[in-house]
Amino acid sequence: MSSDVRFTDFKSDKQPTWCPGCGDFGTMNGMMKALAETGNDPDNTFIVAGIGCSGKIGTYMHSYALHGVHGRALPVGIGVKMANPDLEVMVSGGDGDGYSIGAGHFIHAVRRNVDMSYVVMDNRIYGLTKGQASPTSREDFETSTSPDGPNQPPVNPKALALASGATFIAQSFSSNAQRHAEIVQKAVEHDGFGFVNVYSPCVTFNDVDTYDYFRDAIVDLDETDHDPSDRDQAKDKILESEKEYMGVLYQDEDSVPFEEREGVEGSMAEIPDGAPEGAMDLVREFY
Amino acid sequence: MRVVRARAVTEGFSYHAGYPRDIMPEDLNWAIGGEAGDGIDSTGKIFAQALSRAGRHVFTSKDFASRIRGGYTAYKVRTSVDRVESVVDRLDILIALTERTIHENEDELHEDSVIIYDGERSTMQDVEVPGDATALEVPLKRLAEDAGGAIMLNVVALGAACEVTGFPIENLDESLEKRFGDKGEAIVENNKEAARKGQHYVQEEYGEFDYDMETTDEDYVLLNGDEAIGMGAIAAGCRFYAGYPITPATDVMEYMTGRVDQFGGKVVQAEDELSAINMALGAARAGARAMTATSGPGIDLMTETFGLVATSETPLVICDVMRSGPSTGMPTKQEQGDLNMTLYGGHGEIPRFVVAPTTVSECFWKTVEAFNLAEKYQTPVFLVSDLAMAVTEQTFSPETFDMDEVEIDRGKVVDENEIDTWLDEKGRFQAHFAAADGVSPRAFPGTTDGAHMTTGLEHDELGRRTEDTDVRIEQVDKRQRKVETAREQEDFDYREFGDPDADTLVISWGSNEGALREGLTLLEEDGYDVRFLSVPYIFPRPDLSEEIEAAEDVIVVECNATGQFADVIEHDVLERVQRINKYNGVRFKADELATEIKQTLDTPAEATQ
Repeated sequence: MSSDVRFTDFKSDKQPTWCPGCGDFGTMNGMMKALAETGNDPDNTFIVAGIGCSGKIGTYMHSYALHGVHGRALPVGIGVKMANPDLEVMVSGGDGDGYSIGAGHFIHAVRRNVDMSYVVMDNRIYGLTKGQASPTSREDFETSTSPDGPNQPPVNPKALALASGATFIAQSFSSNAQRHAEIVQKAVEHDGFGFVNVYSPCVTFNDVDTYDYFRDAIVDLDETDHDPSDRDQAKDKILESEKEYMGVLYQDEDSVPFEEREGVEGSMAEIPDGAPEGAMDLVREFY
Repeated sequence: MRVVRARAVTEGFSYHAGYPRDIMPEDLNWAIGGEAGDGIDSTGKIFAQALSRAGRHVFTSKDFASRIRGGYTAYKVRTSVDRVESVVDRLDILIALTERTIHENEDELHEDSVIIYDGERSTMQDVEVPGDATALEVPLKRLAEDAGGAIMLNVVALGAACEVTGFPIENLDESLEKRFGDKGEAIVENNKEAARKGQHYVQEEYGEFDYDMETTDEDYVLLNGDEAIGMGAIAAGCRFYAGYPITPATDVMEYMTGRVDQFGGKVVQAEDELSAINMALGAARAGARAMTATSGPGIDLMTETFGLVATSETPLVICDVMRSGPSTGMPTKQEQGDLNMTLYGGHGEIPRFVVAPTTVSECFWKTVEAFNLAEKYQTPVFLVSDLAMAVTEQTFSPETFDMDEVEIDRGKVVDENEIDTWLDEKGRFQAHFAAADGVSPRAFPGTTDGAHMTTGLEHDELGRRTEDTDVRIEQVDKRQRKVETAREQEDFDYREFGDPDADTLVISWGSNEGALREGLTLLEEDGYDVRFLSVPYIFPRPDLSEEIEAAEDVIVVECNATGQFADVIEHDVLERVQRINKYNGVRFKADELATEIKQTLDTPAEATQ
């Protein structure tokens, strides 16, 4: 719509209740910048948020939005986009929402490849319930419900995505505002399911996967010779468990979104005042 | 007045114990049975279509199991020149491809029954035909091979059945063309030939039979309840359907697949029912008329999202085609066991509508109505059907589904021009505005200045989360007011049959209407006068207090063990208690309760209603 949309137009007048220093502030700012940079405005944007600290994002942003049931944000986003492909759909949630209770939907949303973006605020902890292990918590990470650590390896969501036929996989870090916004913008621009896992540290309950840890560990893919169109290179980087990368790991430039392959042409919202023309043919089929 | 529930019908009703055949002389009951994989369904459907095109009414049913091969399965057709609304336990013509088919139907056979089977088949050589029924050995396989292939043996049997029933075989030809047309002219001709071989064999070997099926000039359409729901959805402007395959609701999805595309819509097969209902919810938020359909186990999963649909005030049609529960239950058997689930399923309290069509044609009209209710009141609407209607193919004149009669009411949708009225002083759209009638304005995404959020958390008029006790009460009351508004504006009435002045009142819901209507005719002949109310609206539902008061005996009939509808009917006529309710999120306090009880006692009862 209007080209003079600023990223602050996507901000609501509700003040976030996230803890001071929470990674989600940075994650949200990047999302707003990406939406503004790609020429969207609040009236054509639909945000779907999951449950958890991250899920509150729908309240703090200004757009059409739904904050739904724990783990089901992706199906809602798919429904919105299928019914009106003209809308910009962005789904956001946390690691628990996306990789635990919603893991089944994640796999299928990836392979369905509807044109939308999925930004996961991965803090490797359950924050809103005050500090239990999440599916991305380290195997030995001690919490109130796992005093000796979860004793199971963390989920590798990027590997899950790759195995499920992803057309866009990226890793970002909320603290690096510039790069984070760029990466989310690429996900928005991608023709298909743009998946961004964002390291979004929890300053209250996670004293292992901290800002300092990520700052030290992270390698920017832009400073390497990584070729995101090469699936094998992406696979190798994704499976390197001791390394943290930032940037677009994989992108299939030939991706065609599901709704396009299915022949959805426009908004389904407008319907005639009575039965559609030709409806009587449906009856005649039963002769 | 006490409501009497129907006594438990435990034994399979049998013809021998019930009514003699001559009380319904006009109808003919026909069946083909064999193993799953024998083409029973398609053969039965060919015959049913032939009858329908010949101007006879048809009411079909299926005996089937949850398996693809083996076991026992049958397709049954009841047909008459007059309308037929039910199955009966009587078989006149039985095509038995297996010996088990005969045993399964033993109780329904009588002295004039004719059993057609292939006595040359090794498994059918020692078949004993029960009672005085006529055994008609026809070498189905051999004759089919003569006509071009053993695969057509079912069609040979159809030809034989035409001869036995006096049904002109030409009527079969059109059905065969419809079924086999896409396989080429030669196949169609071979099948016609196969049918005639069966016909001639019976003519030559057995002579004439007493049956004589008249034909008329009428031309009927033949469809089942799931198809009627799917067609109703498309007629009502449904453009998005998400579902997960489950018996007996899959036919709704299969019907809409491909067809809704012709009207700009889409069916998506979700990874599970949790996803299906959320996809449909998303599409509805985007402004599409959206729907999902499932059966018991799927409804269990979808329950998670009922509350969100209601509190986000999203119009959504959720169809439950009931089957026998609990758990996986009996997937291919009938039950009306989900009434409580659709009425009460989900934690917390939400406004919802529950509509249960009572006939196959009503499956169409109630679906149209469900979409209008959903959008007018921005609530979930449960469309409750059942297996009996899902598998019944019934004839109707095409005008029964007159598309010109379909009305669309989208409720309070606001566009760019009207949106200013619904913005608050800061220019924010009030998607949950606490309107006097409980219904807020609705702006489709893309509408300028309409951006707003909504959430399953309690929220304010802007859709933003809140725990403010006053706002909580305002929003609960606002949502609940929609039910009262609907009671005032809609006509949630029952359908009445039988003798309006009878002392005996029978009440039922859902698919039992047809069987009860025909049952009433039988009772009338035996001197029993009955008034019958068939209730398609479960919530909000008609107030039956006066009707119950006026009757001496009230019997509630339903296909379940505990009498779920009887419970709500009894509840409706109970003496009223006074109520103290609190729902602002704060627990009861001692001094507060003492005051509330005192105030309640000091207030005349009528005033608190």
